[in-house]
Amino acid sequence: MTTIPMEYGILLAAILFSIGLVGVLVRRNIMFILMSLEVMFNAAGLAFIVAGSRWGQGDGQIMFLLILTLAAAEVGVGLGLVLQMYRRFRTLDADALSGMRG
Amino acid sequence: MDLVLFYIAATVAVFSTVMVITRLNAVHALLYLIVSLLAVGFVFYLMGAYFAAVLEVIIYAGAIMVLFVFVIMMLNLGKATIGQERAWLRPGMWIGPALLSLALMTELIVMFVQGVDVAAGHVVEAKSVGILLYGPYLLAVELASMLLLAGLVGAYHLARPAAHVEEKQP
Repeated sequence: MTTIPMEYGILLAAILFSIGLVGVLVRRNIMFILMSLEVMFNAAGLAFIVAGSRWGQGDGQIMFLLILTLAAAEVGVGLGLVLQMYRRFRTLDADALSGMRG
Repeated sequence: MDLVLFYIAATVAVFSTVMVITRLNAVHALLYLIVSLLAVGFVFYLMGAYFAAVLEVIIYAGAIMVLFVFVIMMLNLGKATIGQERAWLRPGMWIGPALLSLALMTELIVMFVQGVDVAAGHVVEAKSVGILLYGPYLLAVELASMLLLAGLVGAYHLARPAAHVEEKQP
């Protein structure tokens, strides 16, 4: 009976977070940017769960719950923005919106 | 045994996440993203966070991904959807996520059959989470509810058809 070492879990969270960060930086389609943001949220939640499991406390899971709430709100607003963007500009390219009027 | 299960789940998670950010088609990427979330949920289970694992599957892989699917389907409307559907049903598209999910399911079956006692010392029950949630973290719960309300109103406002917005001149 071995438990999973904390370092492995943190390492997995770091790897997932890095992949998500690379996704945000590399992709220009706004759907992919949102998906990469989800991956990063998920990795942060994983880090909290690993820490909570390491010390046997429930606080990690509560932080995960709050991250879940944040992700849900973010996705709702973000996808609403995507819909508006597609209606007005007929594109999902994030670089197409780089100009400001003002 | 635990470590082997963890390695497999972690490999599935990392691989499918890499596939998410390298796919060209958004629906392919979504399939891989769902597999990635399921794998991370499995890791939660192995860590002894059963409640979080359930929430990961139900809310992340269920509810939030459904939002993505809805929006992608809405944006795809009006194109040559029939050929698209036919292309989506080709095996080359769903075989990768299916194999990865199969690996996760095999892990789950192995775990239940062998009765692997996961993380015996570190299981955090849903009961203690609930007690903490409505004790010291009550304010955070209230704030989360306010955030969700703001998200609801914001999403409703943003996704409304913009019939009257263009007339506003600066």
